[in-house]
Amino acid sequence: MLRVESAVLSFGGFRAVNGANLEVTAGEIVAVIGPNGAGKTTLFHLITGHLSPDSGRILFKGREISGLPPHVICRRGISRSFQVVNIFPRLTVFENVQIAVLSRERRTFRIFSEVKGMEADEVHSILRNVGLYDRRDAESDLLSHGDQKVLEIAVALGGKPELLILDEPTAGMAPEETERCIRLIRRLSEELGLTILFCEHDIGLVFEIAKRIMVMVRGGTVIQGSCEEVRRNREVQSAYLGETGGC
Amino acid sequence: MNGRRAALLLLLAVLVALPHALPRFYTYVAAIVLLTGLLATSLNLAIGYGGIYQFHHAVFYGIGAYGTALMLTRTALPAPLGFVVGPLAAALLSLAMGVVCVRLSKLYFGMLQISLGSLVWVTVYRWYSFTGGDDGIHGIPLPDALGSTGGAYYFTLAVTVLCLAAMRRIAASPFGKTLEGIRDNPVRSAAVGVDVRAHQLVTLVIAGFFGGVAGTLFVVVDTSVFPDMMFWTFSLEVLIMCLLGGMYTFFGPFAGAAAIVLLRVFASHYTSYWSLVLGVILTLVIIFLPDGILGYAVRRHRAGEARSA
Repeated sequence: MLRVESAVLSFGGFRAVNGANLEVTAGEIVAVIGPNGAGKTTLFHLITGHLSPDSGRILFKGREISGLPPHVICRRGISRSFQVVNIFPRLTVFENVQIAVLSRERRTFRIFSEVKGMEADEVHSILRNVGLYDRRDAESDLLSHGDQKVLEIAVALGGKPELLILDEPTAGMAPEETERCIRLIRRLSEELGLTILFCEHDIGLVFEIAKRIMVMVRGGTVIQGSCEEVRRNREVQSAYLGETGGC
Repeated sequence: MNGRRAALLLLLAVLVALPHALPRFYTYVAAIVLLTGLLATSLNLAIGYGGIYQFHHAVFYGIGAYGTALMLTRTALPAPLGFVVGPLAAALLSLAMGVVCVRLSKLYFGMLQISLGSLVWVTVYRWYSFTGGDDGIHGIPLPDALGSTGGAYYFTLAVTVLCLAAMRRIAASPFGKTLEGIRDNPVRSAAVGVDVRAHQLVTLVIAGFFGGVAGTLFVVVDTSVFPDMMFWTFSLEVLIMCLLGGMYTFFGPFAGAAAIVLLRVFASHYTSYWSLVLGVILTLVIIFLPDGILGYAVRRHRAGEARSA
């Protein structure tokens, strides 16, 4: 479904992404791991159009998407959440998700119809699904950090994506919130059949939910394979998991 | 909210009765309050709802006024056509400037807009043979029905109410909500598939159009136009109206406009330093009521509702 072929992006003299390769097939959960500064978030920015690669190709469903603006890539079927909470702080929880749904339905240019309650059924079902229904009328700025991260995912779901990209979905969450978030990601994959690509620092969590793992070091791909293959790979052990294996 | 509807109806009744109760000068002031309120509200569509740094909104007000004034004085075409041409010219200029400016964000947008707007101003200011230069145009002939102070006032009232209703409708539409999303977080908006620049451009055209309507109304009320209407300091003044009243409420800018126009009229009776009074008030508002006067009232009201619920 998604294929990144030797993507390269430099900032000045620094190659943040340096020949990264990634393959995601429909229906699976793929994790990208790697030390701080390995280029995981930058790679995600390349895929969603927030940055364009200097060279290499990014294909989604067989079509080249590298260099397209974010809103066009979103319409092709890729939604994402961000590492740092990135929501509409002055709007309510309901409105946050509503904008994503309106955008998908191409209704954002309607200037004379009443927005109140529009698409309410779908928004409510998304909010029920992620467990934020009870807080739907709260100003999103006032949610807890964990709830805001979940709202991030809910906003991404509003685009009814085929591929959902989550950039450190549990960063900064309390342990019980993390637990809830993992269950949510699993459920999205199992019940909605979503293809999910995520990156995460919590290695335990990665091995728990990912079907396949891509390891990035210094902007390049070390290996992409099943959890077992990654665990056994010596290069990964030395570069990232530590000599003892870590998991 | 029925109380709110009743309050609006009462306000409307007062506004309709006003010319019968007040001397002519104050009817004129009331009309200026109305059209300035319309101008501030139109700016707020861009800055409060859209988060666009529309720093030179007065240009569209001025072009709306000059467009109408020139149609009425330089052509023999029917007057109503002039009333339509002014706002349309403003919208068109807004589109042209917007196409250039919308590529930049935030302050850069604002700076470029001030530059381009100043070009428009200096053209109007210097082109004596066409615009009357710094003299402006005075004694613009109006249709008989609008010739009296009362007639001009009622026309202004009707058009202002219509325009406010239309803008309120836009603010409550999917477009308006999307605009608030762009204000809050343009990156996120793009990530959910919103074409940010296209929405901003449409907003600019809408804001420019209604700003132009306010300019046209000024011609009706004052029967004159002059280049100062579109000098950048006036843009700043309109911006202050939004800040003072509250950018995140719909009627805040209108209240801010009323406050400033009335302050100018009445305080300048007593002192020529009326802007000093404004400065002190504004400083206090920014420090103690960062959401503006109406924004503060709304917050208090909501907090009260939450407590009683």
